[in-house]
Amino acid sequence: MADQASQTREPREIPTAFAIAEALRIAMASDPTVILMGEDVAGGGRRPEGTDEMGGIMSVTRGLVGDFPSQVLDTPISEMGILGTAVGAAVTGMRPVVELMFMDFIGTCLDPLLNQASKFRYMFGGKARIPLTVRTVTGAGMQAAAQHSQSLYWMTAGIPGLKTVIPSNAADAKGLLLAAIRCDDPVVFCEPKGILFLSTDVPEGDYEVPIGKANIVRAGSDVSLVGMGATVGMALAAAAELERDGISAEVLDLRSLAPLDEEAILTTLAKTGRLVVVDEATPRCGIASDVAALCVDKGFDLLNGPVRRVTAAMCPVPFTRVLEEAYMPSTARILEAVRGLL
Amino acid sequence: MQPTPEILQVAYRTMRTIRSFEEKLIELVNQGKLGGFLHACIGQEAIAAAVCAHLKDNDHVASTHRGHGHCIAKGVDVRGMMAELFGRSTGTCRGRGGSMHIADLEKGMLGANGIVGAGIPLATGAALSAKLRKTGGVGVAMFGDGASNQGAFHESLNMAANWKLPALYVCENNGWGEFTPTEFVVPVKDIAERARSYAMNAMIADGMDFFDVYAKAGEAIARARRGEGPTLLECKTYRFMGHYVGDPLVYRAKADADEWINNRDPLKLFETRVTSEGLLAADNLRSIDEEVTERITEAVKSAQAAPFPDAGELMQDVYAVG
Repeated sequence: MADQASQTREPREIPTAFAIAEALRIAMASDPTVILMGEDVAGGGRRPEGTDEMGGIMSVTRGLVGDFPSQVLDTPISEMGILGTAVGAAVTGMRPVVELMFMDFIGTCLDPLLNQASKFRYMFGGKARIPLTVRTVTGAGMQAAAQHSQSLYWMTAGIPGLKTVIPSNAADAKGLLLAAIRCDDPVVFCEPKGILFLSTDVPEGDYEVPIGKANIVRAGSDVSLVGMGATVGMALAAAAELERDGISAEVLDLRSLAPLDEEAILTTLAKTGRLVVVDEATPRCGIASDVAALCVDKGFDLLNGPVRRVTAAMCPVPFTRVLEEAYMPSTARILEAVRGLL
Repeated sequence: MQPTPEILQVAYRTMRTIRSFEEKLIELVNQGKLGGFLHACIGQEAIAAAVCAHLKDNDHVASTHRGHGHCIAKGVDVRGMMAELFGRSTGTCRGRGGSMHIADLEKGMLGANGIVGAGIPLATGAALSAKLRKTGGVGVAMFGDGASNQGAFHESLNMAANWKLPALYVCENNGWGEFTPTEFVVPVKDIAERARSYAMNAMIADGMDFFDVYAKAGEAIARARRGEGPTLLECKTYRFMGHYVGDPLVYRAKADADEWINNRDPLKLFETRVTSEGLLAADNLRSIDEEVTERITEAVKSAQAAPFPDAGELMQDVYAVG
């Protein structure tokens, strides 16, 4: 999806987790100031008896410490310390990539992002550069319960000075992460649980997916489905189902939540006149609401009906499967929303 | 402080219940019958049993993601816990919390916790509350060596020492912060050393030895109840299983683990001591084993027979009012 050249070569399907590791490898090899910091990013494995490092909770960074021993730093479980240290290193010439194990843990370390990294450049009269990337796992669906399942990107997207991106597939994950690492602004890079172990065709080598650019992943003319991260797959499944009923759905993958590609949203709205936005996060003060507000504010004359938001429920993420399924957005709920519009 | 045979019997039942409960849930995960993020405390049972032997329902314990043992030792019903893991409406938290959020406020269990270190200030707050309300209760934080690297640990210890709170900080130092050996990320040899910065009483116990933890926790809790302030009690222990159930354990040398598992099993050490000193008979222990196995089997059965919550309950209890 990121690469037009994919037609002319053999597809190479790898999971998003591997694509992320590839991006880290490329970034560290091409720039010695890129360092990877986090809990267990190496993890164990430095003992002689044939042990292997764990490479983080999702094993995304496994194998990196061997090739980049001075660039991969295991930290204590000290999120405030890790994030704050990374901001300090970033503003003094390093290009740190921090792994915040789950985005829920941002509760323990918000200040370095909220009051430091996001504000330095502006507060210091444009003189600071904060090339910081925070990689973090988001989303529900693994029965990981209330403190390991939240999609809190609406928080970081709402802080001026921070950028927030969220890929929906392995190829975009690689390109977006490389762009994030090389960006001179602090970028929160979300890794949705729903796509970490899904494979898509990923180009070899070094390429970037630009931050701030949404992507049409399926063209259509009757209704626009706007998704991000794992909800893009749900939207695509819904579009396939709608096609059987003779409804042509366009699917727009936001990819970047801050900055938001307003032009792409208004362009698809102009084409279809109807829009459903699908967000894994809770509904209040969120991305879905932002998209809906944009449609009403700048696209009112383009609308042929209300904008529908399909989001998680406004409650903590429940553990038990029955409630977790009721909590999350789904293809069925997208279909219901679309059918209510047409 | 010598435990009576009655206390020893209760303690053994607690340790055996924790062990059997977790062995059963590992079996259930392997059979694909249980989901979610589960963390086993097998190997660390003596600490939960010994600390909680000194506690009553109006004493509060704040636990961790590895919390089954603390819950069981604090008196949370295993039937409710098992039903919780199965996500049933009869679960301790009606299926909403799962393994990492089992809580039972009536039993003084402030909850397992998904955030490393988060329980430490909560227990500190329970100690403050006990002091202000003059309940005579104590607040106990159970946490790992990993959590002692969190700001929440240092901030809490400072406040508790400064306010002389009736608190006990029990660090279960199992040698591993998730997948990383403690010595890779902690420059001090003993976590207990950290108490010195806060002019706090500190002790180190052999976390595999029920008797040692029992004596030291008892002393610390008595001191807290007398208004003499908090204690940091570091218990040296070992996590027999991986960080989570299903952990491939690639990062740990099997021989190192086997050394602990074969020679330092807290249940075996306990049995050797109580039988050789004539405190409890082996027959007695075996009948407790049987009773526990039956209880766990029954808990699984009743959990599996219980209904799931209704999807319509999703929005219940988000707020107390409105």
